[in-house]
Formats: sequence, structure tokens, C-alpha cells
Amino acid sequence: MSSSAVIKDQDLVRGRAAQQSPRPKGPRSAAAREERRLPWYHALVTAGIALALSVVILAGVQALVGLLPEDQQVNLVGRDFSPFSLASVLVFGYVLHLAVAYVYSRLREGRRWAMDRVVTLVVTGAFVIAMIPLVSLLAEVVARGLPRLLTPGFLTGTMQGFTGGADGGGILHAIVGTVLITLGASIISIPIGLFTAVFLVEYSKTGVKRMLGRGVTFLVDVMTGIPSIVAGLFALALFITITNDPGIRSGLMGSVALSLLMIPTVVRSSEEMIRLVPHDLREAALALGVPRWIVTVRVVLRTAIAGLTTSVTLAVARVIGETAPLMFTIGGLTLLNANLFEGRMAALPLVINGQYAAGAAPCSGDTVINYFTRAEYACNTGINLERAWATALTLIILVMVLNVVARLVSYYFAPKTGR
Amino acid sequence: MTTTSPQKTNRTPVRLGDRIFTSLSVGSGLLIFAALLAVFLFLLAQSWDAIRASTEVMGQSGEFSLAEFVGPLVFGTVLAAGLALVMAVPVAVGIALFISHFAPRKLATPIGYVVDLLAAVPSVVFGLWGGVWLVPKLEPAFRFLHESLFTRWFPMFQGSDQEVTSPMRNVLAAAVVLAVMILPIITAVSREVFLQVPRLNEEAALALGATRWEMIRTVVLPFGRSGVVSASMLGLGRALGETMAVLMVMAPGLTYTLHVLAVGQHSTIASYIAAQNAESTGLDMSKLIFAGLVLFVITFIINFIARAIVSASSKK
Repeated sequence: MSSSAVIKDQDLVRGRAAQQSPRPKGPRSAAAREERRLPWYHALVTAGIALALSVVILAGVQALVGLLPEDQQVNLVGRDFSPFSLASVLVFGYVLHLAVAYVYSRLREGRRWAMDRVVTLVVTGAFVIAMIPLVSLLAEVVARGLPRLLTPGFLTGTMQGFTGGADGGGILHAIVGTVLITLGASIISIPIGLFTAVFLVEYSKTGVKRMLGRGVTFLVDVMTGIPSIVAGLFALALFITITNDPGIRSGLMGSVALSLLMIPTVVRSSEEMIRLVPHDLREAALALGVPRWIVTVRVVLRTAIAGLTTSVTLAVARVIGETAPLMFTIGGLTLLNANLFEGRMAALPLVINGQYAAGAAPCSGDTVINYFTRAEYACNTGINLERAWATALTLIILVMVLNVVARLVSYYFAPKTGR
Repeated sequence: MTTTSPQKTNRTPVRLGDRIFTSLSVGSGLLIFAALLAVFLFLLAQSWDAIRASTEVMGQSGEFSLAEFVGPLVFGTVLAAGLALVMAVPVAVGIALFISHFAPRKLATPIGYVVDLLAAVPSVVFGLWGGVWLVPKLEPAFRFLHESLFTRWFPMFQGSDQEVTSPMRNVLAAAVVLAVMILPIITAVSREVFLQVPRLNEEAALALGATRWEMIRTVVLPFGRSGVVSASMLGLGRALGETMAVLMVMAPGLTYTLHVLAVGQHSTIASYIAAQNAESTGLDMSKLIFAGLVLFVITFIINFIARAIVSASSKK
């Protein structure tokens, strides 16, 4: 085996070795045999063994527990825990697999490789565990939210006049509110964030500015950890102090609260993007006698524009779903208000929380009348949760679209950095 | 960044545009300082009424005790965040190792994106999912922990039958949702640190015949320890301040019990604030803002320490 192959990586060792120097045929030493690694499909064998064992053992436990009197059952496994279910078979099977794989590998490959196998399984298991909530969440939101989302009028109507279990209503007011409030937050945070990033990369080179730059970098990092509800309380406290009106609520307050959360995200990611711009470009422009600020605007920012678009889009995607900052600032509303500066507004996350908190709707009769439009609707006790799920689906679609757009922009328009 | 900076020469006159642009960008930097200071000052200003009216300041004649008001909230916050951390850190470190060292090269980046997707899900959607879907799913497991011979001796799983009832909207259920929500940040930071391990050290270990696990144990983990610690603290900061998931999953209460399966015993600062009437004014609002100030200070300190560890270890 050539030395260049050895120092690469385990994965590469096998590939390179096969290409460059075929393994010598013939009997190998005991040490070499011990070091040999089994192909991946042996994991399937051990997994099969573990799963079969798990089924047999848990079914046996289930049968044995079933023979016991009821109080003894509770003693052993609790009141409504069934040892033999899909989830328990999989979990127990996974744990068994660790043991089975260890023993199998220990016999075939030796102690050290066996440990390696177990760790690989544990680490892969950690990844699978993290996928369970993601997959189930997305599946639940789509399954429960899609029917209501596709109902005519859901995306084009408001909640004006809807009470009780009236089977109707829409979220147009919340969509408008979310878009306007997020737009307001972007208008506040993008200039501040970009200028701060420019300062950090272009201007914090020497003396006092350098120290200031260090401090800003550190505080921006700390700022990313500000709890969202504190941002909301800050906006409230700020506006109460300015206007001296404790009941003040407006979309602008929501924008201010969101911008506090958005600025650090914009700064961090745009700073990285601006740093990627090659120094040659700046120097070439400066050498031609172009003023510094025009170099920054026309050369540096122009080159980094794709990355900046990505970072801003991701920052928007991050704050568009924030709920807590809006609770104390925009007040919530069932009708359409498109004025950011005056009056309460609605937002998608607040609608989700509100409808969820409302829970099951009371139904005294078969129909409910919308007191505003005088239209008659069927009564549906589950309507509030249906609206909550559909709104959640709308919000997730918005966030995912923003994420995908951001990735596409950075993928197709990324600056050529010579990599 | 220090060596190749285009130095401005003293001969060229400073143009007006340059001066404006420079002051704008320096001003934005200063604004970050100002914003953090403003958060603290405005919260303090609006919670001043509550501070002044409390027994701590007024002696016995105060209207209420701030310590009694904030104490259970801080306890609940720390308990929920601590439980979440205990569950999230091992899984997150596992995922970070999986992405950085175990997954096939081609899959590593997509897998990273998938984990980041978890971070993109809005917290209110996590709350909805936790409250509607997860809580009933967890109930059999909670019953097992509470009633089974094997686990019921553990003090934290105890509690009277009135307390441990369905629906199991207890602090452990909230902590599970919190753990899912802080997974992405812990994973992302740990992954970055694991990827920074000097390649030569790893290759040297492998060349000496170490298995992948031995290489990780002897090279990657010692190098990444401080990174994992600070990643955990960042996750802790997130968990301390998370509002919606706790609000929508947990039934609130104000006690000091450690019985994590008991329903309606705990509240966190953030969820308590969010659960109160958003229209309250006067002293009530002032108390809420004071609770927010406490939360801000706690998370600020945690984040401060975490970031200090990160920047100290990255300077090496």
C-alpha cells in the first residue's frame, strides 16, 4: 500500500489501494486478518438478527405480563405502556443491535473494530433520532393543514365576524400583516446590518476602530442569543417610554422588535460574504484612484451581492416565524389592517397561537351566523385547530420558499472565488 | 486581514463621500452597542415601578416580593432548559460527529442542510406539533417512568397521582420539544469545531493504525471539547429564552418541585410572560417587564460566557 494512500482517509484507503496496488493474494497474517473490515452489508445481517430478537423478546414479555394480575402489570410496565408495539420493537431492536453488532464484529474483526462499529451505530442512531421530529412534524403539518388550506376563501378571506365554530374564515389579514411587519423589520435591519458588516470588514483595521470592531463582533454574537420575548418587551418598553401611552400597539412596534433579532443574523452572514471578496479587486480599484466608498459600493458589495441576497433572505426566513416578539407589540386583530404605523395588526404566528389556545369550539346549533356578513356557516368544533394547522402550513411554506430561494441565489450567482 | 489591507495614503484628500460613508458604517457599529444598552435601560425603566413597589426595596410595606415572584419562574426556566440540554447535547454531538467524520463525503453537506431545516421551522409550529401530536405520543412512556418498578424509585419521576395525570403537559414534555429546537444550533457549532481539527493530527492517528473511533477519541474530542461546551451553552441560552414551545406544550404552575412528570407545576419566565394578559398595564405590566429583564440578564451572561469560550479557543 502506498504511503500517500495511507495518510488520506479510511474511505479512500480502500478505493486507492484497489486502484493503485492490488492486495497481494495468498494467506495473510493473523494480524492482517484481525484488521480486516467486513463489507457494509454485514450490518444488515446483524440488524436483521437484532430485530428478530427484539420481536421475539418483546412478544414474550407482552405475553408474560398479560398473564399477571392487573396491579402487577402496572407495577412492571405502567398503565398504558404496551411492550410489543412498533416503536418499542424498533427502539429495543436498536439497543440490541448495538450488542449484537459488537459481539459479531468482535468475533470476526477483533475488539477495536467492534468498538468502532458500535460507535458508528450510535452516531448514526443520533442522526436518525433527530430526523424523527422533523419528518413527523412536516408530515403532521401537511396532513392536518392541507385540507383547510385548500378550502376556498382561506387565503383570501379574513376572520372578520367569525365566532364560535363557524366553518369558514381566512388568514389574508395575517398574511398581509406578516409581510408588512417583516418588510418593516427588513427596512430597519438591512441597512444597519450591512453597514455594520462593511465596518467590520473594511474599516475596523487600526487603532480605536479595531477595538470597536472586536467589541461589535462579540456583541453581535451575544445579541443572536437575545430571547425573542425580550425583544418584544423591549419594543413595548421603548414605545411606552416615547409615547407615554401604555396601550400603544402597532405594526411598527413589531417591526422594531423583529429587527432586534434580525440585525445580528444579517451582520454575521453578510460579514462572511464580504470577506470572501478578493483583496485584488479592492486594490485594483483603489489604484485607479476610485474613492474608497465607491470601491465599497460598486466593487465590494457588487461582487458579494449574491451572497448578501442569500444572507438577507435567510435572516428574513428566521424572523418571519417569530411569535413572542409580536405578542406584546402588534396586539392581534381579526380584520385587515394594512397600515404599519397605526392600529393593531395580525400576523401568521399569532393566528396559530391564538387558534391553538382557543381549542375546541362550542357548538350550540348546527349553524353559526357571521355577524358581519350575515352569512350562515356550518358549525365545526375542530375548526380552530384546523385553522391553526393550515396557518402553520402556510408559514412553513413561506419559510421553506425563502430558504430555497436563498440557496438557489447563492448557488447560481455565487462570486467566483477561484476555488 | 491585517497584512493585505489597502492602506489609505495621507496624500489623497479625504473626500466628502468617504467621510459620510465611514461615519455611517462606524455609526452602525456603535448602534449595536447602543441597541444592547437600550434593551437593558428601557426594560429597567419600565420595570422600575415594580422594583420600587416590592418588599425588597420598601421593606415590609411593599405590595409584593420580587424574589417570591421571580423565584419559581427562574427555577422552572432553569429546570426546563437543563433537562432539554441533557437530552440534546449527546444527540447533537453524535450528529456533529456523524456529519463531520462518519457520513459519506457526498452526503455530509445535504445531511447538514437537513439538520438545519429543523432550525428553520418556526417555534410556534414546534409548539403546535408538541402540544397536539407529541404529548399523547409521550404519555405511555411517561406512565412507564412513573409507575414501573424499574424507574419509579427515581425521585424525579415521582409525584402524586393528582399531579401526574393526562394530558401529560409536564415540564419533561416541554423539555423534549426544547431539546429538538436547540439540536440544530448545538450541532452546527460542534460540527464547525470538529471540522477544524488539524487534518494532519487525524491522519497521523489513522496512520498509526487507529480505528476511526480511536482517532476521534484521541484527536477530535480533546480538540473539540471547549467547542462542545460553548455550543452547549449557546443551546442553553436558546432553551432559556424559548417562549412558544413551552407556552403551548406545558400546563403552567408556580412551584419548586423537581417532579418532572407532574403536570401544572412549573413555568418558565418566557412562557409566563407570554401567558399573561398582553393588555395588562401599570404594575402588572411592570412586573412582566421585570421578569423579562431577569431573563435578558441570565441569557446575556450565558451567551457572554459561551462566546468568550469560543473566541478564546479560536485564537489558539
